[in-house]
Amino acid sequence: MAKDEVNQSRRRFLIAATSVLGGIGAAFTSVPFASSWWPSARAKAADAPVEADIGKLEPGQQMTIEWRGKPVWIIRRSDEMLQALARNEERLRDPESIVDQQPSYAKNLYRSIKPEILVLIGVCTHLGCSPKYRPDIGGLGKDWPGGFYCPCHGSTFDMSGRVFKGVPAPLNMEVPPYHFVKNDVIVIGVDNVTQG
Amino acid sequence: MLGKLLLQGALLFVLVTASFASGGSELPLKHADINLHDQARLQRGAKLFMNYCAGCHSLKYMRYNQMAVGIGLVDDDNKLDQSLLIQNLIFTNAKPASSILSAIDIKASQQWFGVEPPDLSLIARQRGADWLFTYLTTFYRDDDRPLGSNNWLSQDVAMPNVLANLQGEQVAVMGVKKIPWDGGTKDIEYIKHLQILKVGEMSEQEFNSAINDVVNFLVYVGEPVQLQRKSIGYGVLLFLLLLAGVTFMLKREYWRDIK
Amino acid sequence: MKGLSNWISLRFPFQRIWRTHISEYYTPKNFNIWYFFGSLALFVLVNQIITGIWLTMYYTPTVAGAFDSIEYIMRDVNYGWLLRYLHSTGASAFFLVVYLHMFRSLLYGSYKSPREVVWILGMLLYTALMAEAFFGYLLPWGQMSFWGAQVITSLFGAVPFVGKSLMLFLRGDFNVADATLHRFFSLHVIAVPLFLCLLVWMHIIALHEVGSNNPDGLDINKLKDESGKPVDGIPFHPYYTVKNIWGLVVFLIVFLGIVFFFPTMGGYFLEHANFLPANPLSTPDHIAPVWYLTPFYSILRAVPDKLMGVCAMAGSIAILYALPWLDRSPVRSIRYRGIFSKIALSIFVISFVGLGYLGTINVTPLRQYLAQLFCVLYFAFFLLMPFYTRFEKTKPVPTRVT
Repeated sequence: MAKDEVNQSRRRFLIAATSVLGGIGAAFTSVPFASSWWPSARAKAADAPVEADIGKLEPGQQMTIEWRGKPVWIIRRSDEMLQALARNEERLRDPESIVDQQPSYAKNLYRSIKPEILVLIGVCTHLGCSPKYRPDIGGLGKDWPGGFYCPCHGSTFDMSGRVFKGVPAPLNMEVPPYHFVKNDVIVIGVDNVTQG
Repeated sequence: MLGKLLLQGALLFVLVTASFASGGSELPLKHADINLHDQARLQRGAKLFMNYCAGCHSLKYMRYNQMAVGIGLVDDDNKLDQSLLIQNLIFTNAKPASSILSAIDIKASQQWFGVEPPDLSLIARQRGADWLFTYLTTFYRDDDRPLGSNNWLSQDVAMPNVLANLQGEQVAVMGVKKIPWDGGTKDIEYIKHLQILKVGEMSEQEFNSAINDVVNFLVYVGEPVQLQRKSIGYGVLLFLLLLAGVTFMLKREYWRDIK
Repeated sequence: MKGLSNWISLRFPFQRIWRTHISEYYTPKNFNIWYFFGSLALFVLVNQIITGIWLTMYYTPTVAGAFDSIEYIMRDVNYGWLLRYLHSTGASAFFLVVYLHMFRSLLYGSYKSPREVVWILGMLLYTALMAEAFFGYLLPWGQMSFWGAQVITSLFGAVPFVGKSLMLFLRGDFNVADATLHRFFSLHVIAVPLFLCLLVWMHIIALHEVGSNNPDGLDINKLKDESGKPVDGIPFHPYYTVKNIWGLVVFLIVFLGIVFFFPTMGGYFLEHANFLPANPLSTPDHIAPVWYLTPFYSILRAVPDKLMGVCAMAGSIAILYALPWLDRSPVRSIRYRGIFSKIALSIFVISFVGLGYLGTINVTPLRQYLAQLFCVLYFAFFLLMPFYTRFEKTKPVPTRVT
């Protein structure tokens, strides 16, 4: 085994070529394993828009429906609640809803299409718990204006789902895409654009 | 070398034994022409299936939208053309992403036919295309059966001849043959061949080609991914051939050391 | 880097392990094509474990959900069909590779002293592999799955006195049912694979303790150079690593060729009747195990008595364990053995393949007779081995590998 006969550069080249090709092969091999973790056709089929009849919803009342396996709240806010919204602004992290947590048609003071009807995904933006509806003014300390309280880590949101300062949650709660098909019937999961 | 010899011996042996293994069914199967690239045929098969089969038989492992994309109901961007699908192939109030279920009531069907019509998602994988093609073309009139029809390949099958108005009236031409029986012989009746007495909406050729398209469609439904599977396979093999070349050169380079 | 590797080496002997088992493990330089199948078996095991882990993510082990979940994997899960075909083709590939690996041992006497323990561990691996395949075959809950499990668990009913209770105990119900499916699932995905991995590790440790055999069947450690290395030995790495990598790629061409183009192999790898959900009220017209178990199934059928049939089948596997002590030949490799050994091995291979083929088709009187003949020849190969290996004339074994 005379060492001097060995063509070292050829060996290095072949090792490099094998490694590069082997690496490419390994990367392609990982594709089926990784992509199987994405939602299956069944999960996608279950991801359909849901309809809700809000005709019987009283002012101040909350209803919860399920969309994509998550709670979606629909609340008919009373006039006092709507008037109180503007007074919270100094205590909020993002009063103008600048961060993209809502469709463009809900980027307003009420974070909704119709001012009185609030539609929110009922999931805390901190770590995914579902906050409690606490409309009782003064219920969480004397300056509590009414809103939502997350029992997991104490984050609080106002009656538009906007997050207060000084709590762990970083963002306002998310408004899902939705539209009204009739005055009292709301469809959650689709914007009001005609489907192609 | 010895290994090779053994292998040849074994092979020869299998061939000899195989000659003992004589064929199973009496009726030779007709050959179905399968071509999953032909989307026009797939669409025609799907349409026939939805019109003549889907009333009783489900394809529960197939979703309407997956099927539609698979048989080419797509727009210019290769995306599902929902309106084409809904207008042509969905006769129930199912959504595009739902499974293809039949409208039939299971209890009622058991009363009508004595059995529940089987789901056909995997029928082509279970029976094979040729069996299906032969089966669907060999229904004949048999007044002794409760629903007035019988099948040559699958005798006394519960399924009625739903294709009669397309094929016309087909009857069995009987023959008599002697079989050894109790020391002597005995005459038994058997089917010599089938004959169409009254032509239906289709000529025999049209009918066979229509049934062939249904079978073609069912082969697609059996494994919707099969075309994609093969096309990925070509890429994989090409890549491996390249890798085999390089690794062979690597092996040969190192083995130069070994005297 | 050097500092870190020294720090670890003082605490974990990875350098020593690498040297003992890879870089300074001296291997005969004359390995031929038969020596690829050990490393390929290891690769297939890894393939089965990884694809198995993924399939477990999508599979439902209940009577109500099992069949549906397989079609869910085949159609709804992204690339689920590929994961399943890799696993189902892998099962057949595993047996193919293991059979060739075992045949190599028969050819070159690799089971003979001092490698008896390597052989015994290998046989345990093979037996565990059959159990693993059997448990796994029930999981798709098709007609063949159900009736296969029904037949095999019924075999235990042949045990005198306790047979019926034993059957009930194994099934956990009066028939193969939910309880059976659950326990088979657990055994298939956890218990047997753990055992297989342990055995593979022991098989390799035992092999590296005594060193690899070779096609000439001679001991390379008898002849060493001045530095103490075997003259006919070469370090496993890099020589056999690069060789085995090349062998692996060639294997992959065949294996993935089947996965992508013939995943059912015309009904041999995935049986047609298994595309029909299990129906405890109706047996399929033609029932046969998957091809890799058919030789033993044939032996079972060839004996016209339930208990004796089961004994013959169990015996046909058990007798393989005794192989190292049945072989009394002074030489290992077939290359230097006499004519009797060569004829006997050829007859054995023909009988084994013949039994395997007959196991896939229906019984007729002629085939039954043929199966019985092969059955006798199968056992004769082992039982007469002490005689024909001792009394035949062998050729002189060279001192250097050829």
